[in-house]
Amino acid sequence: MVTEVSTREAYGKVLVELGKTNPNIVVLDADLSHSTMTRLFAETFPERFFNCGLAEQNMIGISAGLAASGKTVFASTFAVFASCRCFDQLRMCLSQPKLNVKIVATHGGITVGEDGFSHHSIEDLALFCSLPGFTVVVPADAIETKEAVKIAAGTYGPFYIRLSRPRTPLVYDENYTFTLGKAVTMRPGKDATIIAIGIMVAKALQAAQALAAEGIDCCVINMPTLKPLDEEAIIKAASETGAIIVAEEHLKHGGLGSRVARVVAREKPVPMAFLGIKDAYAKSGKPEELLQRHGLTVKDIRQAVKSLIPKKVFR
Amino acid sequence: MFVGGPSISELQKIVRKLRRHVITMTAIAGSGHPGGSLSAADIITALYFTVLRHDPKNPDWQDRDRFVLSKGHAAPILYAALAECDYFPVEELLTLRKLDSRLQGHPDRTLTPGVEMSSGALGQGLSFGIGIALAGKLDSRDYRVYVFLGDGECDEGQVWEAAMAAAHFKVDNLVAIVDRNQQQLDGYCYDIMNLEPLAAKWRAFGWEVLEIDGHDFQQILKAFEKAQEVKGKPTVIIAHTIKGKGVSFMENNIEFHGKAPTPEEAEKALKELE
Ligand SMILES: Cc1ncc(C[n+]2csc(CCOP(=O)(O)OP(=O)(O)O)c2C)c(N)n1
Repeated sequence: MVTEVSTREAYGKVLVELGKTNPNIVVLDADLSHSTMTRLFAETFPERFFNCGLAEQNMIGISAGLAASGKTVFASTFAVFASCRCFDQLRMCLSQPKLNVKIVATHGGITVGEDGFSHHSIEDLALFCSLPGFTVVVPADAIETKEAVKIAAGTYGPFYIRLSRPRTPLVYDENYTFTLGKAVTMRPGKDATIIAIGIMVAKALQAAQALAAEGIDCCVINMPTLKPLDEEAIIKAASETGAIIVAEEHLKHGGLGSRVARVVAREKPVPMAFLGIKDAYAKSGKPEELLQRHGLTVKDIRQAVKSLIPKKVFR
Repeated sequence: MFVGGPSISELQKIVRKLRRHVITMTAIAGSGHPGGSLSAADIITALYFTVLRHDPKNPDWQDRDRFVLSKGHAAPILYAALAECDYFPVEELLTLRKLDSRLQGHPDRTLTPGVEMSSGALGQGLSFGIGIALAGKLDSRDYRVYVFLGDGECDEGQVWEAAMAAAHFKVDNLVAIVDRNQQQLDGYCYDIMNLEPLAAKWRAFGWEVLEIDGHDFQQILKAFEKAQEVKGKPTVIIAHTIKGKGVSFMENNIEFHGKAPTPEEAEKALKELE
C-alpha cells in the first residue's frame, strides 16, 4: 500500500513548526489560505499572518517590503496566479532586488483537475526559472516538501516552491535529508535514465520497476531543485546510461526538459525523450484522466524509455 | 513642528541646487525624465532635508524613515537629494545612466546607497511601502514610510489594491504622496485616463487626504506634520504641482516628460535656476 499525503498539508504544518522557533517568519496569502494551508499558521500566529485578499500583485510588493525590513517571508497562492499574474512584480520586487521571499504555491500542474485551464499551472516553472537569482524547487512528496521548506527558510534569497493539490504518494521516508541544488538518485540503472520532478517521480519509479521485469535497467533521478540545476548529475547520467527521459507536469518547453537538454547538448549529447504537456492548455477532468490525456502516466514513461533505448549510440 | 531643520529660505536655496543637478545630469546623460523630476523637487527636498529621520553615513540604520520613489523615472531628483545629503559624492551625479554607474536610469536598490527600492515599472511602490510599514509595527519601531507616486501612475490597478490594503491594515506610519502635475506620458491625465475625483477616491478607500500646493514649503511641511498626527489610517498628500517646475520652457511642456534638455536648453535652464 502506498501512502498518499498532500504536499500542501505538509507545507501548512511545517510553517507552524518553523513559526515556533523563528519569530522572524511572516506569512502572506491572497484569500486562499484554506487551500494553500497557510491557515494553520494564521490560526497559530495571527499577528504574523497577513491575508492580502484577492490581490496577488500587491501581496508580492508587501512581501518585498517585509523582507527588506528583515523578515523571512512566505507568500502563498495558487501556482498559476503566483507566476502568471505576478510576473512583473516578481521581477521588480523580488528577483532584481534579491529579497528574502519564499513563494510557496500550491495547485501546480494539471492535477488541479476539474477547475480547468484557468487554474492549471503549466507555465510556472518556465517563468520562475527565467528570473535571475530565483531558486526553484519542486518537491516529489510531502516529506521532501517539509524538508525543502525548512531549508528555504534558512537560505537567503527568493525561492519558488511548487506544490500540488491532490494527495500524492510518498517516495521518501522520514530519514530523508534534502540537499538544495542536488539531484537524488532514486534507483541506479544502466540502460537509460529517467529524470523527473514533482508527482512524476513516483510514476518514474513505478515505470522503472515495471521495466526491470522486462529486463530493462533504468536509473531514476529526482531533480527537486530545478534551479540551480545539478548539472553534474545530468552529465553523469548521460555518460553512464546514454539515454535520458525527462518527465514533468509542465509544458515541454521552459521547464525541466529544456533545462536538462541544455546541459546534455553542451556536455554530453545523448538521445532524449520529453514527457510533458504539448503546446496547449488542458481541459477539465479528473487528475488521472488529465495525466492520461497528456501522456504523463507510468505507461507513457515505460513507452518512452523503450522507444528511446534503440536510439542510443553504442560505441 | 519639525525642529532644527533648514529655514524655508534655505530649503528654497537647496531645491534650486537640486533642480540644477537634474538639468545638468539629464543633459549630460542625454536622456532621462526632467519634467517629473522637477515637479517632485520641492517635496523631495522637504523630505530629505527636514522631514526624514535618516543618517547618510548609515543607510541601513534600522530605525530610519524610509522614502520609496514609486515613480522611478524621477530618479534624477532622488539622486540629487541623496548626493546633497552625502550618501555619495555630488560629482557622481554626472555618471547618471552611464555604463557601470551606480546611478541607473531608474532606481536600483542593489547599487545606490540610500535607494530603498528598485522601481521603474510603475504602480508597485505603495505595496512595498505597506510591507515596510507592517514590519515597523511588528517590531515596534517608530520609523515612518513615505511613498512617492505619480498621478499617471495611479492608473495602475495595483495602486488601488495597495490603497485598499493599507487602510485595511491600518498602517498609520505610511504616507503616500501623489505628484498631481496633471500630466502623464501621452498628455494630460484628464485626456488619457481621468482620475477625478481623486481625493474622493482615496477617501473612499479609507485614507486621510490632504491637498496642498506641492511647491510651497510651508504647506508641504505642514502636511507632513499633520500626517504624523493621523492615527489608525494611512495618509495621502495630493500635491498639486507643475511638471517641469522652475524652468519656464519646461513647465507644463509634455515634451520634457522623457527628453533631456539639449546643451543649449540646459544652459538656458541653469540660468533661470541661478
Ligand atoms: C508599468 C509601466 N508602464 C509604463 C511605463 C512608461 N512610463 C514611464 S513614465 C510614464 C507616465 C507616468 O506619469 P506620472 O505617473 O504622472 O509621472 P509624471 O508625469 O509625474 O512624470 C509612463 C507611461 C512605466 N514606466 N511603467
